[in-house]
Amino acid sequence: MTENQQKEQDFTDKIWDFFCSLKLTILLLLLLAITSIIGTVIPQNSAASDYINRYGQSNYELFVTLQFTDMYSSSWFIGLLALFSVNLICCSIKHFPRTWKFFKEPTLMATPGLLKNSANKGEFSTSDTPTTVADRVAKALDKDFAKTVRSEQDGKIYLFAQKGIFSRLGAYLTHISILVIMVGAIVGNVFGYKAFVNIAEGTSVTQVSTRDGSQRIDLGFEVRCDNFDVEFYPGSQRPKLYASDLVVLKDGEEVYQKRISVNDPLMYEGIIFYQSSYGPAGNPYVDVRATSNQTGESVELRAQLGQRIPLMDGYQLIVTDFTENDRNFGPAMRLNLVSPAGVRENPVVVWQNFPEFDERRGGTFKFAMAGFNQPYFTGLQVAKDPGVNIVWAGCIMMIIGPFAAFFFSHKRVWACIEEDGAKTRVRIAGNAHRNQGGFALAFDELRQQIETAVNNEPPKKEG
Amino acid sequence: MDSGQLFNLTTVAYFAAMVLFIAYIATKNNKVALVATLAALAGFIIQTVGIGLRWYESYALLGSEHGRAPLTNMYESVIFFAWSILLVYLLIDWKYKQRAVGAFVMPIALFSMLWAQMSLNKSIDPLVPALQSNWLTYHVITCFIGYAGFAVACGVSIMFLIKVGKEEKHKGPEPMGGILGMFPPTKVLDDLNYKAIMIGFPMLTLGIITGAAWAYYAWGTYWSWDPKETWSLIVWFIYAAFLHARFTRGWVGRRAAWLSIIGFAATLFCYLGVNLYLSGLHSYGGV
Ligand code: HEM
Repeated sequence: MTENQQKEQDFTDKIWDFFCSLKLTILLLLLLAITSIIGTVIPQNSAASDYINRYGQSNYELFVTLQFTDMYSSSWFIGLLALFSVNLICCSIKHFPRTWKFFKEPTLMATPGLLKNSANKGEFSTSDTPTTVADRVAKALDKDFAKTVRSEQDGKIYLFAQKGIFSRLGAYLTHISILVIMVGAIVGNVFGYKAFVNIAEGTSVTQVSTRDGSQRIDLGFEVRCDNFDVEFYPGSQRPKLYASDLVVLKDGEEVYQKRISVNDPLMYEGIIFYQSSYGPAGNPYVDVRATSNQTGESVELRAQLGQRIPLMDGYQLIVTDFTENDRNFGPAMRLNLVSPAGVRENPVVVWQNFPEFDERRGGTFKFAMAGFNQPYFTGLQVAKDPGVNIVWAGCIMMIIGPFAAFFFSHKRVWACIEEDGAKTRVRIAGNAHRNQGGFALAFDELRQQIETAVNNEPPKKEG
Repeated sequence: MDSGQLFNLTTVAYFAAMVLFIAYIATKNNKVALVATLAALAGFIIQTVGIGLRWYESYALLGSEHGRAPLTNMYESVIFFAWSILLVYLLIDWKYKQRAVGAFVMPIALFSMLWAQMSLNKSIDPLVPALQSNWLTYHVITCFIGYAGFAVACGVSIMFLIKVGKEEKHKGPEPMGGILGMFPPTKVLDDLNYKAIMIGFPMLTLGIITGAAWAYYAWGTYWSWDPKETWSLIVWFIYAAFLHARFTRGWVGRRAAWLSIIGFAATLFCYLGVNLYLSGLHSYGGV
């Protein structure tokens, strides 16, 4: 190797080591934590005027330069996440072969070093032959620990048993889960959309608007809102329910319908409609029945507030006010009668639940209130996210991964059985890759069980 | 007897436990430690009954249709926070039997109870539509057990930092005397810190995931960088850094303890600060 090649080699090694290093991981995790704070303090994606009012023009310009007004999709934040992913991938590539070796090439035969230096070890001698002893040890291990693998070399019998090797994969599963979630998020961003639509009661839509208002998207079907309901808990302003009766139509035919509420959306062809807001669609109106006190003739009309509605004989009616609850008498309205001469008569209050009040008033007409109605539109968030199942898969991995890594450990036990003069010598050793304290206790017990099994094997019944 | 009275009793028990744990450190009398632990356990049992009773009360008051798990406003959540801390603390005490730790963990639970009982709104109100979801229960329980793990880790880390400085100055083979002698060895404290975070971290992960699932069912996006979500992610990043600090020389011991304390400060901000200072979708918890 020339000196130059050597230098190049050193340089690429350094870059590789940089991307693999755990110091970089810690640095990136803390950087992500600290920078994420910015977007929780500065409102995100607000209108320019809001920022200028709040922070002043020059600060606003600075925010724009630093991409603080939409920081979670800023190039530098995405860059940090990308660097983090590279770190994660490199680190896994570097460490994985070593972990995989535990699966591919388990240490079946304990080395002398292992037997001598393990934190957990034991040794005893017995007078039975090595094969018998090995059988007994294997049986004890099979029963009290895990299935043994047996091998022989240089006249020695080696036993090996292990448990919980999967926990070595816990960290990798956790790490991959992060990448899987990121992939799911990207898929959702590229192939999905977030939109909203307002549908007035009784009308339907075939298009929705993206949340930034920049685009209209064809749904590929029609959605109609038959009815919107808002309910309050009795005697309070506390909302109890927001719900919309939605119908999906395809080529004019009703194919699906559902009453959605806040935690219960409608899903059709991968597009989900969520109840999210509501508002008045058009003016409120009151259904009124007016009956002439002279003729007994009556009409039913629908009056918007402030609108002049012709009655019979040249009279007109104006509903001027309405309330849900008038002094605990329930819904009420106030109206004026306008005479054929165009004179507004004194206001009349009519309670929905007490029509007899107005009957007693006398006058030209008596009025009854059949109901008040405010037509609403329902506000729906609309989302299509083909990446969401990838995200959930990643989440499940992210739950299993740390669980496997933290609460299980890879425990291994070796035994070496050999002739030692007239006797048979048994040496055992064991280790665990975490929770050493717990394993030391378990190993002690196991060692005693093995010794008992070897020495006190009940005599086999002959014949 | 109503749930509020049971929570008052709980507060008294936690106060007694805290005083006894401090007395244990001062007197080195193991019997005192045992009584302290029993007081904490008694408080925990009373509190569990209290939470169950409040659950029942919500059915009695709001009708069978609107009863719900008592996890829906600030008062209930602070009570549940204290309960979770005791749950994790008693678990760790049962496993590792380091009694002195109680003196540094009980104050957090006690303070929560005092705050809830003295200045938070105790009324049982029916749920607004956004909160009418089973995800609320899963989300709150997992998040709070996570927070509790971090609270215990923080108490242990403070002990670590108090002890480690003195230990370094203390030369010689004989064990340290005095009050600090009753603290577990720094190696044990470091380990307990890690163990508590091993409970907290997967629970917080579950909490974030259940929150995301809920957001998806309620709003159509599993993640929207709302301040509360973002802060929970910040907390998660800090503890992920903590977990990896173990593998890097130079980041164990003191720095790990500091990370744990900073992590808990961020946790508290995520829990309380976001509601108090920042706006967002999680505003139900207004104090
Ligand atoms: C938010 C991001 C991350 C999370 C949640 C995470 C989670 C975990 C968990 C739970 C463990 C097991 C810890 C233990 O056994 O005590 C672990 C181990 C590990 N992580 Fe990460 N990790 C993250 C990022 C990274 C990155 C970017 C790297 C890249 C260098 C990395 C490298 C490692 C290594 C080398 C181990 C030890 C593996 C082993 O025990 O064999 N981690 N990680």
